[in-house]
Amino acid sequence: MRHYDEETLADLLRTLPVPPQAWVKAAQEIPLARRGLDDIVERAREDQAFREALIADLETALESAGYETSPALTEAVRERLSF
Amino acid sequence: MIAHGVETDAQLVARCRAGDDDAWRELVERFSRYVYAIAVQAYRLSEADAEDVFQEVFARAYINLPKLRNDSAVRPWLAQMTRRLCLDTLRASAREQPEDLPEPVGADDTIAKLDEALYVHDALATLPDNCREILDRFFARDESYRNIGDALDIPPGTIASRISRCLVKLKTELEDEGRKPASVESGG
Repeated sequence: MRHYDEETLADLLRTLPVPPQAWVKAAQEIPLARRGLDDIVERAREDQAFREALIADLETALESAGYETSPALTEAVRERLSF
Repeated sequence: MIAHGVETDAQLVARCRAGDDDAWRELVERFSRYVYAIAVQAYRLSEADAEDVFQEVFARAYINLPKLRNDSAVRPWLAQMTRRLCLDTLRASAREQPEDLPEPVGADDTIAKLDEALYVHDALATLPDNCREILDRFFARDESYRNIGDALDIPPGTIASRISRCLVKLKTELEDEGRKPASVESGG
């Protein structure tokens, strides 16, 4: 077991700075965004035109439909819809 | 197994896997500093690139969490994902032969130090609220004595001695029998 002196502890505590709160909040809200993904998938299954638009240009189709896109979202839609 | 107050990493991951949004928020809170520090300290990314990596790490973690084979290995799993995305970012911005871009010098050592820092930060979570708060505000959030005094309603003149006492408590906590460095417990 390592023994720490107070100076080392202080240094290690300084080593992990706090990221901007907005980043943390956005990451914490991923489950909500993911539910948006479920909506997209459901709509693509029921709406042929929307599905075709997604296949033609995934990112543009999502943005046109009012979704805020991200690499993770587009990758997840591709994976869920298998294209 | 690393204890975070009452819940281990594995227990937290299990709750996330079960669809518990509160658990996900806690997981992000627990590892946000670590992921951020890897991006800006080990790979020296700009704030803008670090933000992209930060969001992508947690987005991928959320999607792939069900595939994680060992729930207690979530920390090294996140570290590996962060490293890969940081390197991809550096390669994307490299002008010549990006595929040959090596890991930045010292990245391994920096991440080893971050692992140790996370271990100490975990121990901090087991201290009484007043100690946890004052050490976190002073060292991690870089707040002044005056701000800390205002926020915690204590005289600024007593803060230095409180910090000193709390560091001793933290040291004692870490020296308690049975504690081991996180890197040893998780296999690196």
